[in-house]
Parts: sequence; structure tokens; C-alpha cells
Amino acid sequence: MALLEVSQLDVRFALRQGEVRALRDVNFTLERGERLGIVGESGAGKSVAAFSLLNLIAKPGFIAGGSIKFEGKTLNTMSERGLRKVRGNRISMIFQDPMMTLNPVLSIGEQMVECLKAHRRISTKEARGIALDKLRQVQIPSPEKRLDQYPHELSGGMRQRIIIAIALLLDPDIIIADEPTTALDVTIQAEIMALLLELCEQHNVGLILITHDLGVVSQVTQRMLVMYAGRVIEQGPTREIINDPQHPYTQGLINALPQMATPGEKLNQIRGSMPSLSNLPSGCAFHPRCDFINRADGQPRPACTQQVPDFVDSGNCRVACHMVAEMLEDRRLKEESL
Amino acid sequence: MIAFLIKRLMHAILVMFVISVLAFAIQDNLGDPVQQMVGQSVPESEREAIRERLGLNDPFLVQYARFAKNAVQGDFGYSYFYREPALEVIARHLPATLELVFAATLIIVLFSVPIGVYSAIKPRSPVSRFFMGASIIGISIPVFLTAILLIQVFSIGVTVSLFPESTGWGAWLNGVLSTEGNMPSFGRGYDLVHVMGHWDTNLITWDGLKHLVLPAVSLASIMLPLFIRLIRAEMMEVLQSEYVKYARAKGISMRRVYFVHALKNTMLPVITVGGVQIGTMVAYTILTETVFQWPGMGLMFLDAINRADIPLIVTYLMIVGVIFVVTNTIVDLIYGFVNPTVKLTGKPA
Repeated sequence: MALLEVSQLDVRFALRQGEVRALRDVNFTLERGERLGIVGESGAGKSVAAFSLLNLIAKPGFIAGGSIKFEGKTLNTMSERGLRKVRGNRISMIFQDPMMTLNPVLSIGEQMVECLKAHRRISTKEARGIALDKLRQVQIPSPEKRLDQYPHELSGGMRQRIIIAIALLLDPDIIIADEPTTALDVTIQAEIMALLLELCEQHNVGLILITHDLGVVSQVTQRMLVMYAGRVIEQGPTREIINDPQHPYTQGLINALPQMATPGEKLNQIRGSMPSLSNLPSGCAFHPRCDFINRADGQPRPACTQQVPDFVDSGNCRVACHMVAEMLEDRRLKEESL
Repeated sequence: MIAFLIKRLMHAILVMFVISVLAFAIQDNLGDPVQQMVGQSVPESEREAIRERLGLNDPFLVQYARFAKNAVQGDFGYSYFYREPALEVIARHLPATLELVFAATLIIVLFSVPIGVYSAIKPRSPVSRFFMGASIIGISIPVFLTAILLIQVFSIGVTVSLFPESTGWGAWLNGVLSTEGNMPSFGRGYDLVHVMGHWDTNLITWDGLKHLVLPAVSLASIMLPLFIRLIRAEMMEVLQSEYVKYARAKGISMRRVYFVHALKNTMLPVITVGGVQIGTMVAYTILTETVFQWPGMGLMFLDAINRADIPLIVTYLMIVGVIFVVTNTIVDLIYGFVNPTVKLTGKPA
């Protein structure tokens, strides 16, 4: 049994115009100590997926179906009280913008101690000791001084280090990091990411890393999911997906990396933009932006516009694409006829 | 800190200077003080003599300079009506007003925080909707009308006979809706306890408190709904913030999320507005005190205007100006204490 098992996760937002499905048919697992990346454009549902794991999506969002199992216990049906014992304790989170995450009127020490005290019966003095120890682990300069400082006295990079320290406070099994470096300056990004990776490896902590930086995903994670319009469209070992992406969307994402462009030429991009979740295209949600909806004979493939693609296994990866399914079918037929 | 207080002292002096000039400038439009002093029967020649003696015929600047010179030494002149130092008259009326404002502030703080917080946490509950509706009505009704309504209901009493008396439930409903009207509506009562100097208090005897209730409630009636709505709006915004979401993700109790993480941030703008409003409330006492014949500064000021008692008017305005500066300074000190991102210095930010 995997440490975390997400199956058929279905998240909706009850809006005035009706329900919008923000996530559907999301399935993945995470083993102890494993690092999983979730990538996709803005609006693909990455953050919703991250927040729904701990049932933290804000109203009007709600989990409409599926299950999230952590150590065999179903989180999505658990009471708020039960969830609170998991949050920040077994599974902790790192938010995107360190400038907004820490409470401006509480000292760093208070914000660390309260987390420890919520989960363990310890004295404030002991809690401060643990907090100090974690601050040392995230290599913050003069950690003793930090406990009595307030967030506004620290830089963005320092604050994100503190948030990593808070995430590690209770030696969790999993850290969910929602774009932990997006709001930071480029030079700090690499430092923070390296630190996070090092600490996860050192403490054997599982990591769910949400990002749109494919470079980071390929360096840090072992497996990855690619999301598009609330669905997972490709998943598998990170190295295989990065080296040999199957889904046209994943190919587009990798092609769009600046290092893939010819110097002096325009950067590659995927034409169009992510559709609105309340008005998804028929069939495969990606088809209006896809360059491969025509078959080899030049005729458009009817399935792309009519039918939501199912997952097919391609090597170690699973891909939801009619074109890939057709290619695999052709290959299988060829092999059979030989 | 000391630099900050010195800076505030300079503010206070500036404010008092401006107020005194303005108050002095309008005195010619307030009517003839001599007329008020001596009545109709005194001949014009004698009036002129009084005017000359009081220095009322001097040019504006001469009068003002004379006033300012004395004021700096703590002498604000004699009240024409009371024939004693204006400051003395004010000192006698000040405690009643301050106690009234204090009681109203207490009502506002005790009710606005829990109601505001509750209706932010549960915005769709019937209780919140009731308070939101009621607060709109509260804001819309002028203070003096609220005061008169309160007197009608709680001092005079109302007998409701809306429902048929013959049926059991009708009689019961009529009984529930009717009021006895035994609350005092006039003055401070006679059961005052002397504290010190001019200060007799309403706050420690049962009768004194009873006299205080209706004036305090009507004074609070404008600000309370305002504060409920302000706290609710601020709290709802804070509850949407990332740090509240993050606090929940840390697994701490909702009570701590609401009352430590959210409320502390909610109160920052509320404290700023609140300080100014306490000052404003001192001004609102003019209406409340008049309706309830509360022997405080507000009632005294209205009488002073009617009597064209210029020294008293000017002194009152200056004292109110000082109260404004003092409350604002205290509020800024509290704000600096609550909000760690603010450091009080003498330098402009």
C-alpha cells in the first residue's frame, strides 16, 4: 500500500452559473520518501489538487467524489478534528508567496511554537528549542535572533526558509509545496530548491512539488503528472516524460522551454490558451490547441473532438491522447502481422 | 517614543491655536453677550460701558492677543453667565461627559467585537443577517430620535394591545411586547459618589448606573452598527488571506485561527478608526445630553451658545480639540504596540 493514494478525485466549485469541475479523474500514488511533480499551465488545477489533499479548498469548492487515502485512512471523509491532526503534522504545506504566508503581526517564534503545540504536548521552552533546531537545519543566518523577529524584518528568501523550517517542524511524512520558488528571485530560487531537496532526502520525506518550472521538476522529482484543464493527461517517471514526452501538450510545454529555442529566434509556444473550466471544448480538452488532430492521411481524427481520451500505457507512462493511442495500436498491429 | 510624544505635543499646540482663532473669529456672529448678561432694561450707555470694560470694542487681533496671552498662562477668561473661570465651569461638567462617553465606548467594544466576528465567520447564518439588517437601521436613525424612542419605550412605557386579549397567546404576546417604563430618563440622579475634585461618579451605585443606561445606549447607537460592519468587513477580508489559509494548513485549532491570527489583523484598522470615533463621540454628546438633560459638557456647550457665552464656547472647543489629540495619541501608541511593523519615531514616515 502506498503512503498516499489518490483515486478518481473530483473537485467542483458551486458557482452561481452552476457547478464547475475543477478536477476530475485524478489518480496518483506517492510512496514514502518519493518525490512527485505536478506541472501544467496556470488554471490547470495544480493548486486545487494540492489543497484538496488536506481538504483545504476554500468555499465554494468541495470534493465531490473520489478518495484520498493516507496510510489507509480516507482524508476526504475525515472529520475536521481528525484532519487537523494530519495537517501540519503528518502532511505539511509550503505556500507560494512567502511574503503573504506568514502572519504579519505574530513573531516567527510564535508561529513556529503554535504549530508544535497544536500537535504535541510540550512546553513553550521545548517548542522553541525544536524551532531553533529546525531554523539551523534550513541554514538561516543567526537563527537565535529570528525567533523574536517579525516577518517584515526578513527577506523573501529568508521567509521561505522559515516556512520550510515550519514544514519540517513535526517531521512530516509528506510535504506539499505549491510553487515554493515562483515568488522568489532567480538566484534565491535555486538555493531554496536545493535546500528543500536536500532536507527531503535527508529525512526521507515525500514531496509533492507543484510548479510550472519543468527544469525544477526534472532535477527534483522521480515521477510527475502533467495536468491540463483539471485532468491529468500524462504521468510517469520524470526522466522518461522529459526525455520522450508523448502527449502533444507535454511536448509543447517542453518545446516552450527557452533552451529549446534557436538563439535569435522567437521562443516556441503552444498557440491559444487554457480553456475556461466552465466552458470546456468537447472531446479532448486540448484539441483546439493541438497540432496533431489530423491523422497521417491528412483527415482530422473524429475521436479528438468527440470523445474524452482514456489513458493508454506507453512504456512506463500513462497518456490520455487519441493520437498516442492510435500510434500504439498501429504499432501493435504491425508487430502482430510480422 | 519620547520624540513621538514631543511631536504630538506640538500637534496639540497647533490644533489649539487653529481652533482658538476659528472660535474667536465666529464670535461676532453669535449674538450680543451684553444683551444676554444684563437683559432689556439696562440703557444703551451702560451697555456700552460694559462692552468697553470687557474689551469687546477692541479690534479682533487685540482681543485675540489678550486672550492668547492669558490662555498660555492657563487663564481662559471668565464665563459671562456663570461669572467664574471658564476652565472651572468646564472642569465641573467634564466628568459627566467622560463617564457617558466611557459607558458608550464600553457598550460598543463589548458588542461590536463578538457580533462583528461572528457575522464574519458565519456570514450566511440567520443571526448574522439579522444583525446586518439591524445595523443598517441603527446607522440610519439619528441619535436624537433613538434617544426619544428609548425614552418612550423604557421610561414612559408602551402598552401593546395589537393581539386579541381574549386569546391566551394574544395576551401573552401583548404582555411580552409591552414595557413598564421605569428607567430614569433625566439627569444623572442624586445618588452620585464623590471621587475627587469635581468628579462625582455615576459608575458605582445602582441608581447611578440606571441613569447612565439610556443616554449611553443612545450615544452608542450610531457607532455600534458602524463598528459591527467595519469589524465584519475587515475580518471577512482577513479570513481570505493566505496567512489564515496557511494557519489552517498548520493544523492549529480554528479558535486560534480566528481569535489570534485573524482578529489581531482585523483590529488594526478598527483601532485607527475607533480612536477618531471616540473623539467624535464627545461631540455627539451634545445631542444625547440635551435629550436626556445630562449635566455634561455637551449640554453646557449648547447653553453657552444660546447665551453667547464666548469665553466658555472658545474654551470648550479648545478642550475638545485637546481630547481629540490625546485620544489619537493614545490610539497611535496602542497601534504601535499591536502592529509590529510600525515603529513610533519623531521623524515623518
